[in-house]
Amino acid sequence: MKHTIAILVTDSPGVLAKIAGLFSRRGYNIESLAVGHTETKGISRMTIVVEGDDRALEQIKKQLNKLIDAIKVADLDPYNSVGRELALIKVKVDSPQHRADMIQLVDVFRAKILDIGDQSLIIEITGRQDKVDAMIGLLSQFGIKEVVRTGKVTLARGLKVVSLPKKAKR
Amino acid sequence: MENVEVLFGYPGGTIMPFYDALYDEKDIKHILTRHEQGAAHAADGYARSTGKVGVCVATSGPGATNLVSGIATASMDSVPMVAITGQVPTKLIGTDAFQEADITGITAPITKHNYLVKDVNDLAHTVKEAFYIARTGRPGPVLIDIPKDVLVSETEFHYPKNIRLVGYKQVHTGHASQISMAATEIARAKKPVIIAGGGMQIACACAELRELVEKAQIPVATTLMGIGCFPEDHALSLGMVGMHGTAYANYAICETDLLISLGTKFSDRVTGKIAEFAPNAKIIHIDIDPAEIGKNVRVDVPIVGHLKETLTELNKVIAPGDTSQWLKTIASWKEKFPLHSTNPDMLNPQHIMEAIYKATNGEAIIVTEVGQNQMWAAQYYTYTKPRSFITSGGLGTMGYGFPASLGVKYAHPDKHVFDIAGDGSIQMNIQELATAAYNDLDVNIVIMNNGYLGMVRQWQEMFYDKRYAATPLKGNPDFVKLIEAYGGVGARVTKQEELFPAIKKAINTDNVCLIDCVIPPEENVYPMVAPGACISNMFGVGQ
Repeated sequence: MKHTIAILVTDSPGVLAKIAGLFSRRGYNIESLAVGHTETKGISRMTIVVEGDDRALEQIKKQLNKLIDAIKVADLDPYNSVGRELALIKVKVDSPQHRADMIQLVDVFRAKILDIGDQSLIIEITGRQDKVDAMIGLLSQFGIKEVVRTGKVTLARGLKVVSLPKKAKR
Repeated sequence: MENVEVLFGYPGGTIMPFYDALYDEKDIKHILTRHEQGAAHAADGYARSTGKVGVCVATSGPGATNLVSGIATASMDSVPMVAITGQVPTKLIGTDAFQEADITGITAPITKHNYLVKDVNDLAHTVKEAFYIARTGRPGPVLIDIPKDVLVSETEFHYPKNIRLVGYKQVHTGHASQISMAATEIARAKKPVIIAGGGMQIACACAELRELVEKAQIPVATTLMGIGCFPEDHALSLGMVGMHGTAYANYAICETDLLISLGTKFSDRVTGKIAEFAPNAKIIHIDIDPAEIGKNVRVDVPIVGHLKETLTELNKVIAPGDTSQWLKTIASWKEKFPLHSTNPDMLNPQHIMEAIYKATNGEAIIVTEVGQNQMWAAQYYTYTKPRSFITSGGLGTMGYGFPASLGVKYAHPDKHVFDIAGDGSIQMNIQELATAAYNDLDVNIVIMNNGYLGMVRQWQEMFYDKRYAATPLKGNPDFVKLIEAYGGVGARVTKQEELFPAIKKAINTDNVCLIDCVIPPEENVYPMVAPGACISNMFGVGQ
């Protein structure tokens, strides 16, 4: 089963390597990873999707908690959270008909066209992983030149937040 | 500031400013080892035998990488240690500069935490944090990497009183309702057993353990790391459990209806086949590290807490139990299946350990290398005090014992410190003979010399049709001449009657001593559980 783990970490050198290293040396595969700044200065948030049973998840969380740079670790309940990925897809355009077909697809998927070239399009799509997968699948018939995807980012629904412990707030 | 009395280290280019400052230092002694690995192990031995933080120092690049085995050893056995390394100047970091190694990257998996200090203004609080992290909670090694330009920068010294580590989660006493649940299970149990691990020594919870054991009449087995936390001459002691544990300890684990595990990680060397480990038992597990609970075995009553505080609380609510039937069964196993050498008529490891016990009235601190010598040292000496058996359990680092014994001896100048060695592992850090001789660290090295890498040979005998690939130690030096070359005192012992006088002489000699004991080449460590087998399934049990 796939789990989504959110980790608040200090912005210090080597933190990403320490977290990623923990996953690899304990034998857990990272399916996707996204990192960025948070609402608090000096604190970044990593969202990691990992495959494993409940016991493995428990162990991952405990091991992450032992890292001094990891301030808060939470796993996000898939039924009570929203998660999104973003992909940029460069597609080859062979004919006006192709272009029209693709634009229709972009409309249906509520994606965006970021760049139109003589023989190419760059499409941006945001959504759940299966939606991004479906879009890529459909576009592949036209000839995909390049795909870049972010890792998944996730927030819990409602007022629930992954927040810093009180003592971390100045 | 941290009351460090001794550093074990080795200078080099980038750490020179540090050593230059040390030149005028009166309160901190520096012991120059002959290899950085020796420095790390010596700091480790100092730490294990005292509970204080051991400190080792090395230069950048190869100096730092030579510490790695020592840091990993300390990490696996939760030893409080601070390693200080020089680093190339900040502007050269990342350029593959001379003697540059990414030591914080290399040691990330084997330290509790590490630091690269790029600004001299961060140095004081980093040192404070490092010592705090190393000694608190589940202890472990912390590395501080300091570039040379930071070492020569100036700043106003201010050592902070408090530190702020928001990501450092600490636990104290176990949860009261879990403790009462444990007490209920203990009252209900007919055949309880305790496994006490290395965490017991770290937590200094031995008195609390004894109170629990005597109140509830529960027999105690220790892991290798737990040896000494419960007196082995006590009627309720089962000795060591696991791959080379006593038969009665392993049988007790297989029969027990309640296993109480205190400060142990359930190493594969303890559990054998997990599916058949304590098959009839409920398991109570008390540990300071939540990640150990449920990691290797299922647990019915998990308690996260400091062992001393948690056992104190448990002792308040425990009811005296009646386990007399169970203790009778165990006594009969003890009678039937004692530990014994397979070569009783020749000079053997059992004679050696028993003679050391007798010669020192059981007051020695035994340090070991790794392999057969380590297991025999664990089996045949009767340990009665915590921190009296110092060994590399988790990583199993050959070459650990001798340099570690120097740190032990530094901390305990009045104790008889023995390094129990094999003819293989003593040669892994034998250069430290110079350190011992020069610094008057008069430890006693006892080599159980069988001319083989004995433990590997034993496995080859049992599992590889006696194909002794690369295990005969051809070309061993004359160890007696060798120690004499360093200014120490040596003796060779080939017969039983020579043994006791040689040990007596060694402990009465104010110099580093080496006793080269020639033992039967094919003496094995028994009992033995094959790797991955159930621990009741042992070779070499019974007469």
